[in-house]
Amino acid sequence: MIRVAGLTITFARGTPLEKTALDGIDLSVEAGEFVSIIGSNGAGKSTLLSALAGDFPPTSGRIFIDGVDVGRQPTARRSARVARVFQDPLAGSCGTLTIEENLALAAARGSRRGLGTALKQGRRAVFMERLKSLGLGLEGRMSDRMALLSGGQRQAIALVMATLAPSSVLLLDEHTAALDPGMAEFVTGLTRRIVEEHRLTTLMVTHSMRQALDLGTRTVMLHEGRIVLDVGGAERSRLTVEDLVAMFRRQRGKDLDDDELLIG
Amino acid sequence: MSAIAFFGAVELGLVFAFVGLGVYLSFRILDFPDLTVDGSFPLGAAVAAVALVGGVDPWLATAAAIAAGACAGLVTAFLNVRFGILHLLASILTMIALFSINLRIMGRPNVPLLNQATIITPFYDHGLAAYLVRPVFLAVLVAIVVLGLAWFLATDFGLAMRATGANPRMARAQGISTPVYIYTGMALSNGLVGLAGALFAQTNGFADVTAGVGTIVVGLAAVIVGETLFRSRRLWVVLVGVVAGSILYRIAIQLALSFDAIGLEPSDLNLATAVLVALALILPRLRKSRAAA
Repeated sequence: MIRVAGLTITFARGTPLEKTALDGIDLSVEAGEFVSIIGSNGAGKSTLLSALAGDFPPTSGRIFIDGVDVGRQPTARRSARVARVFQDPLAGSCGTLTIEENLALAAARGSRRGLGTALKQGRRAVFMERLKSLGLGLEGRMSDRMALLSGGQRQAIALVMATLAPSSVLLLDEHTAALDPGMAEFVTGLTRRIVEEHRLTTLMVTHSMRQALDLGTRTVMLHEGRIVLDVGGAERSRLTVEDLVAMFRRQRGKDLDDDELLIG
Repeated sequence: MSAIAFFGAVELGLVFAFVGLGVYLSFRILDFPDLTVDGSFPLGAAVAAVALVGGVDPWLATAAAIAAGACAGLVTAFLNVRFGILHLLASILTMIALFSINLRIMGRPNVPLLNQATIITPFYDHGLAAYLVRPVFLAVLVAIVVLGLAWFLATDFGLAMRATGANPRMARAQGISTPVYIYTGMALSNGLVGLAGALFAQTNGFADVTAGVGTIVVGLAAVIVGETLFRSRRLWVVLVGVVAGSILYRIAIQLALSFDAIGLEPSDLNLATAVLVALALILPRLRKSRAAA
């Protein structure tokens, strides 16, 4: 489904600020897998997701989705295969447009946008039903502007938007990090339900070790642009949050050792 | 104010309603501050006037003016999208270039249209006074454009254009190729302004190379007055508001000029407009900061 081969992303190449965010990543994700991605700040988690979405081309290496080399395709062309929910609840929808208009934008993802009415009766009925299933009472507010909603409500709608049109991959970029604990829990539950319902191949970046183990079928840890842990199946189900934190510390500790060497 | 002066103001307001609608497309829908209009308005006037003098059918001449305006919009969009020149600067470049181009098109600074048949000529002498024929004709044309825009912006394509201006990152993530919509929107916007220029030339009987100065501010005035008076989330109401804003603005100016006591002269118009737009921009902010306090 997704195959990443030798993916390297270097920012500000050839300047004193040069930074290698991803350093030769190899990763294969099968259809239906749900991969949670963890790692410290600057490990390259979000860069990996952005590279898959097409925000910037690979410095070297290749990205295949559905066997198609999408590495050089701009975001808009890739979007027929890739659905995405951002960390910032304001980033994933248009505040000045209504809820139903935002949903209509998402429903047309991957198809040609012509001169047919965007809010067709059939579409609105689907929107109504999908909003009702959220249980947030939003089905009665379809013509309200998106800006009137809370961050959690917008994230919930962003998840619905990601599933209105077919896609091969769902990318979740710390999509619960900006929410209050109650709403984060709700969106986490919704994520589990939607991914199972639509059997979506999913990559989720998270800061929460708990969430990384609770959700998904496989966990990958990044450190300094490389994959340092990749567990699934029985081995993963035996893992506890404490184990993950210990591994996390060990990676950080290596840095400390290196630093000490430098200083010494 | 006499009836003739009043309907004269309405007529001018209706001509500039097209500018208002065009500016609404660029400023509000695309979030693209576009000064090209100061050049595309006289461009539309110049193309229409020269074509009319050359014996071209008035409707065809008007269509040519729309096409010319659209091309000017495309140039600005190209500079911005393809080369990443700041939108404001890109539009100023096009505007400045158009001054020379307009002079080339006309061959002189002013082309009079005396006794020339225009698109309005066939509607005279059907029992309606001449000073009423023009506003009625223009009102029908404005109504058609407002209906067309309201329909367009509610289509999948139009909605994608609105998303391009409101949140380009989200738009791209939803598969919207934003450059396509910036090109289309800028062509549409300046096409409307070119139409306004062509209508201005035909209702006033001349095209002048300096006629474009301040077009953007007049367009913005229409948008802001309209938005302030017609608060609605329904798009067609806002579009009607822009038209009403353009007319009200002209009537207000006409009123101000007709009171000798104020001592305003026609040459004070630009200052008055700038003050009006500045006030309209400042007032909502003041209201907001007071509400927050």
